[in-house]
Amino acid sequence: MISCSNVIKRYSDKTVLSGISLDVTPGKIFGLLGPSGAGKTTLIKILTGQIPFDDGSVRILGKDAANLSGDDRKKIGIMMDSFGVYERFSCADNLKVFADIYGVPHSKIPECLDAVGLGDAAGKSASCLSKGMRARLQLARVWLHSPEIIFLDEPTSGLDPLTMKQIHGMILDKKDEGCAIFLTTHNMEEAAALCDEVALLNEGVIVERGSADEICRKYDHQRKINIHLTDGRDIELPLLGDAADRISEYLKSGMLQTIHSSEPDLETVFLELTGRKFDDRDCRTA
Amino acid sequence: MKNIITVIKKQIRDTFKNKTVLIQFVMFPALTLIMENAVKFDDMPENFFAKLFSVMYVGMAPLTSAAAIISEEKEKNTLRVLMMANVKPVEYLAGITAYVWSLCMAGALVISTCFSSEELPFYLAVMGAGFVISILIGSCVGIFAKNQMTSTSLVMPVMMVLSFAPMLAMFNDNIKKVAFVFFTQQIRESFGTMSFDAIGTKGISVICINAALVFVLFFITFRKKGLQ
Repeated sequence: MISCSNVIKRYSDKTVLSGISLDVTPGKIFGLLGPSGAGKTTLIKILTGQIPFDDGSVRILGKDAANLSGDDRKKIGIMMDSFGVYERFSCADNLKVFADIYGVPHSKIPECLDAVGLGDAAGKSASCLSKGMRARLQLARVWLHSPEIIFLDEPTSGLDPLTMKQIHGMILDKKDEGCAIFLTTHNMEEAAALCDEVALLNEGVIVERGSADEICRKYDHQRKINIHLTDGRDIELPLLGDAADRISEYLKSGMLQTIHSSEPDLETVFLELTGRKFDDRDCRTA
Repeated sequence: MKNIITVIKKQIRDTFKNKTVLIQFVMFPALTLIMENAVKFDDMPENFFAKLFSVMYVGMAPLTSAAAIISEEKEKNTLRVLMMANVKPVEYLAGITAYVWSLCMAGALVISTCFSSEELPFYLAVMGAGFVISILIGSCVGIFAKNQMTSTSLVMPVMMVLSFAPMLAMFNDNIKKVAFVFFTQQIRESFGTMSFDAIGTKGISVICINAALVFVLFFITFRKKGLQ
């Protein structure tokens, strides 16, 4: 549904994307992870035809992205952080504008607002919405015409954990409905929770890709088990046969409180590969 | 066509919520009715305030509202959302033009109650043509400006020249000579006798040249800047 091959984008002399290739199939969520300035939004803008690229190919719904018809575009939903809402309009009126454009009956609007938890705020002016509610209104706008392909640019950026969790649930529902979802994020927990495949992007280059579990296992150099005992001791055991006996003893004696394997998280993998952290404060601007 | 109607419907919904734009449409018709009925002085020309404010209305309301609407959509990034929803730039601009023109014509209809029924077709035709030129100038500014603040800064001098020059020309011959090149001055002149006879071929040529220049400027601005 979404595929790009060897996409290159330059601004003046600076190459911001170098040979990006990816495929997103129906019912899958592809996550592009990277710190701010890595090129995530540039790639999403290229994939959605908002900006041109210098080399490579981008195909959406099996067609060249530059030659999508009006009907093709109606199968695409885009949520970008920079996209605005009509401040003076109520939530329902905001959706009415797009319902008219997409030919969706107005009767679907309450259902759509309910789906994102804004049913009670239908008549509320968009200017009075909190950041989380505004994000949900933007999602409602994306869901409204039931797109087959969904692009989400940092959908939960700056939101509280509860709203974030609610939005994750909505995204997973869309995945279950068979949508191909491309999302960018710099939140590795979000990527691990949502994505079937993730790509780590650094300075315009994909440095690693695969499922979050695969990537973490691949970079598990320590291969250790961390145990916390009821007496407060922390024990680190190598992932070898001997460890099984000791773990068994702790279990039998009832001393074992927690047990964890030592594979790294995506952030640690990214740090190992690039020497950079996801956190904005630690990023060099690109 | 569907998208043009959607843009018009969106604007109509916004009309009573967007006070800054609404006031542009209401102010001059209201002022005209008040002044025409409240102020009388010796040797006051017939429909003096109606004619004076009509010219100011043409030079001010469509220009500022078109520029404000477009620049606000650009600044708030709602225009990009519309474009991504497959609304073409031409459809958007057509919708905005139709909306602003219709509201201005509604205002002109209110002012036209001051004129006789014989004068009405001429008055509305001239006002309608003037609104189109003015909307195109406002659209150029809206397309060119990145945000509302820039738009206001650019619109203000243009609006002042177009709307006030004809008024000042009544009192100063030098200003009249300069104001001659503006379509608003020619509209003012035509209101003298409520016929094109007052401005003659020269005046009509000035209006046509104004319109042609604005069309060219509009297409250059649109091609160069687009709506992004």
